[in-house]
Amino acid sequence: MFVEKVKGALRLSAISPQARAIGLAPGLTLADARARIPDLAVADHDPIADAAFLNRIADDCDRWTPLVALDGPDGLVLDITGCAHLFGGEAMMRTRLVTHLQHHGLSLCAIVAGTPEAARALARCGKGGVVPFGREAECVAPLPIAALGLAEETVTGLSRAGLKTIGDLASRPGTPLAARFGEELLVRLRRTLGLEDVRIVPRRPLPACIAERRFAEPIGRAEDVEGALAMLVDDLSLMLEARGEGGRAFEASFFRADGAVRRIAVETARPSRDPKSLGRLFHEKLEALADPLDPGFGFDLVRLAVLRAEPLAPAQVSLDGRAIEEEEVAALVDRLAARLGRERVLRFMMRDTHDPDRAASLVPAADPLGPACPLPDELPSRPLMMFDPPQPIEAIAQVPDGPPLRFRWRRVLHEVVHAEGPERIAPEWWRQPADMPTRDYYRVENHDGRRFWLFRAGLYDREPGPPRWFLHGLFP
Amino acid sequence: MSAAHDVSALRQMLAGLEAERLPGASNSFSFGAEGPDNVLANSLARGALHEIYAAQGADMPAASGFALALALRASGAAADARPIVWVRQDFLDAEAGKLHAHGLIALGLDPSRLILVRARDPEQALRAAGDAVRCSALGAVLLEPWGEPKALDLTATRRLALRADASGVTLFLLRMAAKPSASVAVTRWLVAPAISTPLEADAPGAPAFAATLLRHRAGIAGHQWNLEWDHESCSFRDIAPLSRAVVPVPAGRPAASGAAPAEITAFRRTG
Repeated sequence: MFVEKVKGALRLSAISPQARAIGLAPGLTLADARARIPDLAVADHDPIADAAFLNRIADDCDRWTPLVALDGPDGLVLDITGCAHLFGGEAMMRTRLVTHLQHHGLSLCAIVAGTPEAARALARCGKGGVVPFGREAECVAPLPIAALGLAEETVTGLSRAGLKTIGDLASRPGTPLAARFGEELLVRLRRTLGLEDVRIVPRRPLPACIAERRFAEPIGRAEDVEGALAMLVDDLSLMLEARGEGGRAFEASFFRADGAVRRIAVETARPSRDPKSLGRLFHEKLEALADPLDPGFGFDLVRLAVLRAEPLAPAQVSLDGRAIEEEEVAALVDRLAARLGRERVLRFMMRDTHDPDRAASLVPAADPLGPACPLPDELPSRPLMMFDPPQPIEAIAQVPDGPPLRFRWRRVLHEVVHAEGPERIAPEWWRQPADMPTRDYYRVENHDGRRFWLFRAGLYDREPGPPRWFLHGLFP
Repeated sequence: MSAAHDVSALRQMLAGLEAERLPGASNSFSFGAEGPDNVLANSLARGALHEIYAAQGADMPAASGFALALALRASGAAADARPIVWVRQDFLDAEAGKLHAHGLIALGLDPSRLILVRARDPEQALRAAGDAVRCSALGAVLLEPWGEPKALDLTATRRLALRADASGVTLFLLRMAAKPSASVAVTRWLVAPAISTPLEADAPGAPAFAATLLRHRAGIAGHQWNLEWDHESCSFRDIAPLSRAVVPVPAGRPAASGAAPAEITAFRRTG
């Protein structure tokens, strides 16, 4: 028995069948319930844990169909259009699903109906079974109005009008009802009666294509799992080839016999359907997992889905092998990204700006290429290495606006022998706060031949505060 | 023009294309500067492991620049040349600075050719470089771990060298803050910055390196060259010895550094 605080009073929110049998009901205050039965076993209601558990069940239900949606805090809607024949028909599928979930210790009420709303209304009223094709209206007629899942006021209003069941409602003309209770009521009613059909919104995006293997005996060994994956990759690559497509994002789902589901996703830099490279990617990913795949009592279903597919024409090998080389590099990038993480395999993307800090950004090399920014033609010499943020130094200049004579960086004193500058770089005022000081950059070389990129932040007299010196980069 | 002539011309073209593709077909590159090229007979091995040490901590940019310049020599400077992979350990970002795209351009590398791999630790860097060096579509691979990691032993370098040999990709191993240790590298260089040839208005000149050949598989060692990198022609240049800066002499003092022996005056002891 669970309690929840509603409007300042502890009320029962969910109760066990035994409690129901002795006359308790949800909504009763805990004090009243205790007065009737003194030794109640009570726990706090935890909606978050409930939701997490429901999500877990929903994950597990992915094994029946990829179209699963949550329905309120305690319901699931599965769209089994076109799936039922795989499990021996609707009735058989329902039985198998119920047994499967009952094995996990759940008590449930499952019904197969023509529209999601009809099924929902029937299931909420505790009906089970399969609604014969086209007989939704008859089946839902005796249900109370509340089964429509409408707002509280509407239900009260309808009851006051003497309309108790859905059948009563269905036999009335629609227009006056809509005028009194809103269009929503009619829409609900039509859908529940099976006159109008709207698909559910699945909780996970629908994959482009799927390959899966079911195992009579759950598999657990790492080699078996990889073997299964290899077979699936083969299947999938044939499917993709037939469609003239290549996948950009793949996801392998491992359904454990006890209902837990583990998903592993890999992405590729360009559309791919090469079974060998995909197999290798998954191998890398499985090896690099921080928490390895835990087979528990074994996986009884392994599924491989293409989440995102893009057109991929059959490859034409050019004479100089250029295309092959590009493929190879892309495959290398994918492999490294799978092992180290996407954010560790990077490419420079040039930006059109004069600010040296923002001159280029590093983007994952696996991402598709953005619009290319042309390289600057004439560029003042820039350091190979840059410090971010710039490192403060102590510097002495001969004249206030001149290049430094000597400076101290990391406790070493450097005498400047050659200097070039200043190159004045003003901050991008449209991007940064207005009081950022202007920078005067100098390229200097010390007596050992080490070359530095220094700047003085701030101009004498014109900008507030005394100017400070920084070391921003190192030249080779 | 005869048909036979056409066919032979086509054959030649094909042979040229194949020579480019086959690993080990043209298996050496040169500096483009007379000094080292004369001694090394114009050849540094492609598809091999070369080690580059920074002489001191502060010489890291020079060593990186030298390695990148060699990588450009090994893989060509054209914008559509093969990509270069640079595997860098994270720690170097704080110690030596981050790679700057405009700095790459200044050395003659189009930044879009570079794939930068940031490794958390030396082991990860080694594995990533081991993977990269197997990919024969790359121009060169630079591996830059920090310090003297245990994982980078003789076996590890041999593994890398074997892979480089099989794929024909040249691997440059940059050793920062490390003492030379056993390895199977074909050449080992110690790099420090050299004083550049100043441009007009006393500005610092092109990147200049003092490169010492510490070891060479063929036994040529102990040479030192002062080289300058020209990013436009993508080649090294010798720095003429005369252009080396001398220690500036402060005005108003005698130029001779060897001080004349001080005159000894003997005083007779009195009293």
